[in-house]
Amino acid sequence: MNEFKLKILDLLKEDARLSASTIATMLGADEVEVSAAIAEMERDHVIVKYATVVNWSKVDDEKVTALIQVECTPERGRGFESIAERIYLYPEVKSVYLMSGAYDLQVEIEGKTLKEVASFVSNKLSTIESVIATKTFFILKKYKQDGIIFEEFEGDQRLLVSP
Amino acid sequence: MITNQQTRGKESTQGMNRYLSAGARAIPPSGIRRFFDLVSASKDGSIISLGVGEPDFVTPWHIRDAAVYSLEKGKTQYTSNAGMLELREEIASYLNKQFNLQYEPGNEVLVTIGGSEAIDLAIRALVEPGDEVLIPEPCYVPYNPITALGGGVAVGIETFAKDGFRLTEEGLRAAITPRSKLLILSYPSNPTGAIMSYEDMLPIARLVEEHDLIVVSDEIYAELTYGSKHVSFASLPGMKDRTILVSGFSKAFAMTGWRMGYACGHSELIGAMLKIHQYTVMCAPIMGQVAALEALKNGMEEMYRMVESYNQRRRLVVQGFRDIGLDCHEPQGAFYVFPSIESTGLSSEEFSMRLVRDAKVAAVPGHVFGSGGEGFIRCSYASSVAQLTEALERIGQFVRQLK
Repeated sequence: MNEFKLKILDLLKEDARLSASTIATMLGADEVEVSAAIAEMERDHVIVKYATVVNWSKVDDEKVTALIQVECTPERGRGFESIAERIYLYPEVKSVYLMSGAYDLQVEIEGKTLKEVASFVSNKLSTIESVIATKTFFILKKYKQDGIIFEEFEGDQRLLVSP
Repeated sequence: MITNQQTRGKESTQGMNRYLSAGARAIPPSGIRRFFDLVSASKDGSIISLGVGEPDFVTPWHIRDAAVYSLEKGKTQYTSNAGMLELREEIASYLNKQFNLQYEPGNEVLVTIGGSEAIDLAIRALVEPGDEVLIPEPCYVPYNPITALGGGVAVGIETFAKDGFRLTEEGLRAAITPRSKLLILSYPSNPTGAIMSYEDMLPIARLVEEHDLIVVSDEIYAELTYGSKHVSFASLPGMKDRTILVSGFSKAFAMTGWRMGYACGHSELIGAMLKIHQYTVMCAPIMGQVAALEALKNGMEEMYRMVESYNQRRRLVVQGFRDIGLDCHEPQGAFYVFPSIESTGLSSEEFSMRLVRDAKVAAVPGHVFGSGGEGFIRCSYASSVAQLTEALERIGQFVRQLK
């Protein structure tokens, strides 16, 4: 990855709504080049999606999120790949990570109610053949996500005009 | 006795001004302050302020943490008057590495409460009543009043957009008189963002030598340059002993509230400044010194990241003003643009007032920075891209309505 693309990524990571023309001005670059670089990174799945970080606790539409530690037996020749795939294809699953340490996969589930999440774990996840054990942890409150602190924002504390 | 007290009490309501020193009475309130009051009066929060003269970053966490940790360990005492030796050593080594300067930490470096104290000390240590202090303008607002409070006579030297707001040999020569004693250089410049190259400064240095001047070089924005690296005036041939370098941590490390600055120069000059410093403030606060030490030791990477971010926003704002149709010379340092609003036919004061009232954008009118500032406004780009974009949009609409 060249430095030019890294700078574009840095800017888009901060604000996905920046236009190619604004990015070009900020980097002192050509707009066509910026657009081409973005298109290339989209095509190569370097940029996977432009998303919005939402603090759901401020929204009435409540969600329940759980982190599940999954222990499983790897498959010959494919390791954990096929199990991970079986799990991540479920729409309830927000993230799946292969972990080192006491368990193998960490799965993040999002559902409308506690019951919905619990039933997903008992009916879908635990019944997968190679899954040996699961431990479910419900998230009570999110303080920080993707580097963004949810409660911290207090606005600009600086004087409106200063020397 | 009772009668006396009663009399004084009565008079106090009629005006305490009569107790004030002539110096305090004579200095005008800051033009920025006046404008600040006006902006603050609008309390609905709808104003986007480009009037702020400080970074929009919070001090990097490791620097804050170093100060917190030192407090937990009970570091709450006075330090040496000149500042912790370890910090002075680090300042000397940093100046050496960044700007090729050699200072002896033991007696040529003084840690102060912000760069402002260092400037005040330099003027109080050097200026005698009637001495002239040469100040290229537009400039940082406090230079003039600090000079006046120190008993000196501030002599403004107007600089011009056509010269990129740099001090020229001719401009300086025309201002020098037999009473000239100090020259205050402030590059990169607040409010214009101008910088001076080695070649620009050489003739200035020759004049300084020829007329036996001392230079107070305020280099608080030294790290915030875009393109060419900052050249410290003290690094010019023969200038080290004639220069009091003033700098600090506020801008480069986003540490405005810590009030950490320093002055470096000839041991006899620094020694005189140290005397005033020790009788007035004793020493800079230790927690700030600890934070400053951490900033110099481990803060460079974060600093470069911030500078890069300012640079990106600088391009955005310069382009924005040009798209609006306002002349805007390209600032090479600090985090301000100084576009000309002359084409609107309004004075900078009226433009700024109406901009706040009609467009809800605060920018500082150029005339408060001294001669040469009329016809311009100062806009800081130390704000988020979203805010800058919105502010430029509003300024554009405002200017179009004027035409």
